This record gives sequence, structure tokens and C-alpha cells, in this order.
Amino acid sequence: MEVRLHGMWASPYVIRVIWALKLKGVKYEYIEEDLSNKSMAVLEYNPIHKKVPVLVHNGKPIVESAVILQYIEETWPDRTPLLPEDPYERAMARFWIDFGQQKSLTFFAFFLTSEEDKHKTAAQVLETLKILEEEALGDKKFFGGNTINMVDLFFGWLTYSFGCMENISGVQVLLPETLPRLHRWTLDFKQEPVIKENLPDSTALLEHFKRVTKHLKSSNKFKPA
Amino acid sequence: MSEVKLFGAWFSPYVKRVEMSLNLKGVEYEYIEEDLKNKSPLFLQYNPITKLVPALVHNGKPIFESSVILEYIDETWEGPSIFPKDPFDRAMSRFWAKFVEDKCSDLLWKACWSAGEEREKAAKEAEEGLTILENEIKDKKFFGGENIGLVDLVANYIALWNPILQDVVGFHVLTQDKFPNISKWADEFCNDSFVEKYMPEKEKVRLWLKRAVETGSLY
Repeated sequence: MEVRLHGMWASPYVIRVIWALKLKGVKYEYIEEDLSNKSMAVLEYNPIHKKVPVLVHNGKPIVESAVILQYIEETWPDRTPLLPEDPYERAMARFWIDFGQQKSLTFFAFFLTSEEDKHKTAAQVLETLKILEEEALGDKKFFGGNTINMVDLFFGWLTYSFGCMENISGVQVLLPETLPRLHRWTLDFKQEPVIKENLPDSTALLEHFKRVTKHLKSSNKFKPA
Repeated sequence: MSEVKLFGAWFSPYVKRVEMSLNLKGVEYEYIEEDLKNKSPLFLQYNPITKLVPALVHNGKPIFESSVILEYIDETWEGPSIFPKDPFDRAMSRFWAKFVEDKCSDLLWKACWSAGEEREKAAKEAEEGLTILENEIKDKKFFGGENIGLVDLVANYIALWNPILQDVVGFHVLTQDKFPNISKWADEFCNDSFVEKYMPEKEKVRLWLKRAVETGSLY
């Protein structure tokens, strides 16, 4: 197969690449990786980070979901554009994707929050999401306007993973009362055919999150700043 | 009114890489030095979200984040490009640019500014990143090949600021002994006739960093 994707079913980094490939109608072979026992292919293709997703196109590997999404956009430009045509609007899209990446520690802190810090970390997440709602989404249906684009794909994890974080921490943040437009967006986004058909099973995902949280908290591997 | 404005701070490596990119394209722009202790209302009006430099304003529309600005400059103006043409090569450039920032520069900075266990940890992680980078620059003049490219610009911190900061705090992670290829690249980069026009004076940077270390504040 010309295009191969090494991934993991619960990874939001992988899922956003799957969405992009499907939106572009790109045929690909998917290889599910056991992250505790990575295939030789992943280690060979991504010797630096040893992570998924890895997209392999004509034998050449590309890693990092943001880099992969740009690559997909540039390689198949004539199908379903994932970035605006106007350079300024494109810059804005890239800014919001970068914003999302820069805020990952904030979300991580909420994900792994202790009981005593849960309201504090939740408040920080709410502040971040308020900026996103006000400045990036505004009154549009999607971040991309009337149709979804790369920014929607980037924040798509909010529509499935984030609920698990809320469940585990015991604090709900993304509600119609607190973030009306963003909440509305989560519903609209999940209705889009490609998205709807490519979401992880919610029960399995929650179980997975619980396992991961337990493991990370006990190993003390990730100390939120 | 100038069509292109750049809000910056003379000591910022992020600002310098944007300046280099604009000058490579021959773009005429108005440079506005921002006092980061006392940001101007105009600047804050253009950049209320991050409130950081650099901020590029083109025809009244602001763009922030140096990585976003660099892509915008490349797409908007004709002329020599810091990005390769082929999508795969572009992906590689973007990958290495992020790697340099996250796994090298940020950690080198952290190692210099921290102490004790935190410093040791940052230094160790920085060395891991630098080891990989050392291999990447091995057979090349610049990360971009024969000419400077995106990754070279993004690595500007490693070329100029890091050696000075290491001297000021007396803690050396990136040494010529351990990383001869990166050190050679750093020399090549800093002495390049185009690059040296847009780098700050080393002595000025030394004094600024020295004061920053003494006062605990960058500005």
C-alpha cells in the first residue's frame, strides 16, 4: 500500500490523522500498535520519538500529528481543503493549532489532577476553553466556518477524550451553561459523517483512560508544572 | 502608514528569526521595539491573546507566534524561501524545527536557569536532544543544506544566545568537545554574512543576560 498509518485506537493524535485521511479520501493501510510492545516498523520509522502516529507514504515516514496534517494537506491539495485559501486565515488556523499545543500542559494537569487541585486545574482549563470559544470559534458553526478544517480536527479530542477527563477528575467543565458555543460545536462536530464514523468506543475509551491515569499517577512520570 | 510592521524586542531570538526571514525576501517593514515591561497600547490592541513578541502586522492584520509568522512570510512574498519545495522535505523541516525548540533550546534554557536536581535533569535531556541533532547536521553546512533554511533560523538560539548564557551562569551543556558538529554549524551560522547583519551584538546580549541572572527578570 502506498499509504500506511501506524496508530493506536485511543490516541487523539492518531485519530485526527485518520479524520484527515478520510476527509481527503486517501486510501491507507492501518496498523494498530501495541504501545507496550512497539513494532520494529515504528521503532525504525520513528527512532527519535518512538511514538504513533507514523504516516508512511511511498516508504517515507512522517511523524508528529501537526506535521502529518500539513503534509496531508500539501500532498493532496485538490481534495477537501483542510486549511483556508487566504494566507492570513491560514496563519490564524496555524496559530490556533499552536495555541492548542502550547496549552497541553494545562489539559494534562486537569487530566492527572489530585482531589485537592481539581477545581483549580478545572478553572485553568475553563479559562483556556473560553479563549478558544471567544476568539477562535466565535459565532461560526465550526472553527473552519461552515465546514470543518484542520483546527476542528485538532480540537476534535475535546468531543470525546475530554469527557473522560471530566469523568475521572469529577469536575465538568465543557457545559452548555459555561461554554455554550463550544458545547454546541462538540455536538455539530460529532455529527459530521467522517467524524461520526471514526470515533473510539466511549466505554472502551473511559476504561482505557482510567487505566492510563492510574499508571501515570503511580509512576509519577508526568508532573504537571 | 507602513504596509508591514514588526513588533519586536532586540534580544529575542524569535524576533530575530522573523527579521531574517523578512530580509531574505526583501520585504520592507517598519520595526517597532516594544518595551516588554511596559507594552504599548497599540501592541496590546494587535496582540491581546499572547501579548508576546514577535507580532507581524500586515495591512492592519496581526499575526503572532514566530513559527506561524515564518510560514506566513513564506507564503505571502516571492523570493528566496526558507522552506523546501517538496512536501516531504517540508515535513522534515517542520519536524526538525519543532525538535530543535522542544528537545534542545527549551531544555538548554531550562538547564541554565534552574538548579540542583532540576538542572541535572534538564541538562541530561538537553544532551539527549543535542546528540540526535549532532547527527542530523553531521554532513551538512547548514540544516537547510547549502543555504540556511527554517531549521537554521529556529536554531539561532543555540548558535548565539546559548553559548553566552552558559558562560554567564557558568554551566556548560553544549560544548565543542561533546558536540563538534553543532559547534561548527554555530560558527558557520553566526559568521554568515547575511545572518550576522540580523543578530544582536554578543556583548549587548551578555550584559542583558548578566543583569537578568542578577535580578531574576528578563526585562
